[in-house]
Amino acid sequence: MADRPNGTGNAGHNRPSLRLHVPEPKFRPGDEVDFSHLAISEAGAQPRPDETCDPAETKPLVTDLVRVLGDDNKAHGPWDPRLDADTMRTMLEKMALTRAFDERMYRGQRQGKTSFYMKCTGEEATSVAAAMAMASDDMVFPSYRQQGILITRGYPLVEMINQIYSNRGDKLKGRQLPIMYSSRAHSFFTISGNLATQTPQAVGWAMASAMRGDSRIAATWLGEGSTAEGDFHAACLFATVYNAPVILNVVNNQWAISSFSGFAGGERATFASRAVGYGMAGLRVDGNDPLAVYAATAWAAERARANAGPTLIEHFTYRAEGHSTSDDPSAYRSAQERNEWPLGDPIMRLKDHLIAIGEWDEERQSALDLECAEKVKAATKDAEKNGILGHGLHHPFHTMFEDVFEELPWHLEEQADQAIRERKIKWPHA
Amino acid sequence: MASRVIEDDIPFGLEDAPARNLNMIEAINDALDIMLSHDPSVIIMGEDVGYFGGVFRCTAGLQEKYGKTRVFDTPINECGIIGAAVGMGAYGLRPVPEIQFADYIYPGLDQLISEAARLRYRSAGEFIAPMTVRSPFGGGIFGGQTHSQSPEALFTHVAGLKTVIPSTPHDAKGLLIASIEDDDPVIFFEPKRIYNGPFNGYYDKPVEPWKKHPDSKVPEGYYSIPLGKARTVREGDAITILAYGTMVHVVDAVAREKGVDAEILDLRTLVPLDIEAIEASVEKTGRCLIVHEATRTSGFGAELSALVTERCFYHLEAPVERVTGFDTPYPHSLEWAYFPGPVRIGEAIDKILEA
Repeated sequence: MADRPNGTGNAGHNRPSLRLHVPEPKFRPGDEVDFSHLAISEAGAQPRPDETCDPAETKPLVTDLVRVLGDDNKAHGPWDPRLDADTMRTMLEKMALTRAFDERMYRGQRQGKTSFYMKCTGEEATSVAAAMAMASDDMVFPSYRQQGILITRGYPLVEMINQIYSNRGDKLKGRQLPIMYSSRAHSFFTISGNLATQTPQAVGWAMASAMRGDSRIAATWLGEGSTAEGDFHAACLFATVYNAPVILNVVNNQWAISSFSGFAGGERATFASRAVGYGMAGLRVDGNDPLAVYAATAWAAERARANAGPTLIEHFTYRAEGHSTSDDPSAYRSAQERNEWPLGDPIMRLKDHLIAIGEWDEERQSALDLECAEKVKAATKDAEKNGILGHGLHHPFHTMFEDVFEELPWHLEEQADQAIRERKIKWPHA
Repeated sequence: MASRVIEDDIPFGLEDAPARNLNMIEAINDALDIMLSHDPSVIIMGEDVGYFGGVFRCTAGLQEKYGKTRVFDTPINECGIIGAAVGMGAYGLRPVPEIQFADYIYPGLDQLISEAARLRYRSAGEFIAPMTVRSPFGGGIFGGQTHSQSPEALFTHVAGLKTVIPSTPHDAKGLLIASIEDDDPVIFFEPKRIYNGPFNGYYDKPVEPWKKHPDSKVPEGYYSIPLGKARTVREGDAITILAYGTMVHVVDAVAREKGVDAEILDLRTLVPLDIEAIEASVEKTGRCLIVHEATRTSGFGAELSALVTERCFYHLEAPVERVTGFDTPYPHSLEWAYFPGPVRIGEAIDKILEA
């Protein structure tokens, strides 16, 4: 221990000992769940500043929770986006389709048709409603749980399944882990498995759009756990320094695999409040309220288009399923959490709202659910004609060496030749 | 036996183009100037590159000429600089980010290694990251541990990145233009010890300024030097010496001084590598020395040594040798004990020739 001049070497020996704080979630397996500590503000009670306001005006909204749909299933307050019934039915349909897709792909993984899958159950609004509030050519830099964006933008389900099965129809040539889609035509950036790396990239894209005098904006999504990565802080810094037309979406689904949000700093401050230190507009939104997600995204998009700068949106939601097909959430969290989550389920809430305003009914919902399941089933059958993972119908093996560089350099040419020789020995009848 | 010195060949019929004597900084500035004017998608960003023109002055005057949205300063955040450049590349720009010293590139490594390098592959060609990351590297300037490193081997180990290192003003301009035009991400390391003159390894003797050197003759206007082509600095029959960056000049000086009939290849680009030139030379001389400034273990010299041994073994008359920096961090006060200079190189040449 460092000593002071003329010290005894025992400096501080009579002071209380220090203690390390290691965050612990409120509930573990077997625990009774009580979410009464969560401050859920009243729907419609949050002020809606002008889109071009000073970032400081959003300060109360980084700790509050922007909500539109109340317990009465009606839309309330200044954040009500006043969507027509057709638009809301489309939103409901896209969310239902996303859920049906997840259900079937999850089963497909269990049946051994692919190696891996990730559901977004309970989080559908954070991608579907957000995508609907943006222009279809705004560029998105998603993380791995935003399949709802592709579905909303009309990307063919069969293409998604081809990618998940890594079959010969997979546009990505079987190189990426299942669910790591890419579609330039749908302004959907290639997904990385490295967390938060897409966030400074989204900011760079938005900066480029601004440099060019374009009108397209960018948006990016990451989990609350990933906000711990340095890349996220670089993204916030660059976004504010250059006033980039970008929306940074933090999907706070409470769990980063088995680590609860406290390990990303969520015990001490909301994730939306990260915006304050950067001088960025911030909104904390009920992520299970599709109308609130739509309204917040539309606000942020309008702000970006008006050159008023970036917005950080925290979508306060809950990951109803495991992290992925490789995860067992019953090993680390109370089984009751999912059912006790006080903000409900986004699909049910929108459905109940449409019913409450006389624009929907249970029968139509049942018909919609059936239609979604049938659509996914048909797409799955089509995709299976192109093969499933591990059953040989993959891209030709020489594609392994393509796209490392624009042109094949000599060392990859030599290695491709070796692969051809090996193939003849390993699979003589192929 | 007297060595034959090759006059630098000016590529692409530019023999008659008017040329100026430039140092490496001016040549780099010239290349950037030409590319900014030639292609509106080229932008420059980095710490201090804008108003100030870079701590080494490589971007001097460019912001004034092309405006603040083409040449601008950034926060001190390499992850953000490279990450934003990936996004800009995906948009359709050709960013030329500067990392002020190669020693500071590590916070941006994940964006380079996991993102820029793999973007084309993982999106099956839908998205590319056509960026050129410029960064001064190497020692010999009393920069201590944090301003002297040579991290090139890290990048050559990554599939999808190209690594380019010029050793003359003429090459710096042509290679930088080719790098910016390349659709793959390029790491462009500038040997800062030779920014102002071709350092010969004798730290206690004055350095000749570039302006008096034939390689400082830089044609005006646009020209490029293809990536993946080595330069024969001088032809010889007794030994092949492979080098790049600052070490090209050091080995050249040592070979001249010792009167060794050495064939010196300046690799220019490590990936893609000019394997044909290496093979042809080693097959002719039967002996090979590899010289770099970076630390020895797992350095690029190990790759070169393995390649030469694998491909030219039956032509070799002596074991392939490496002369490198030591496997320690760059020591500030003992810099000249660390630097792979004439003594270390001379001993290695003797050992190979005597074998």
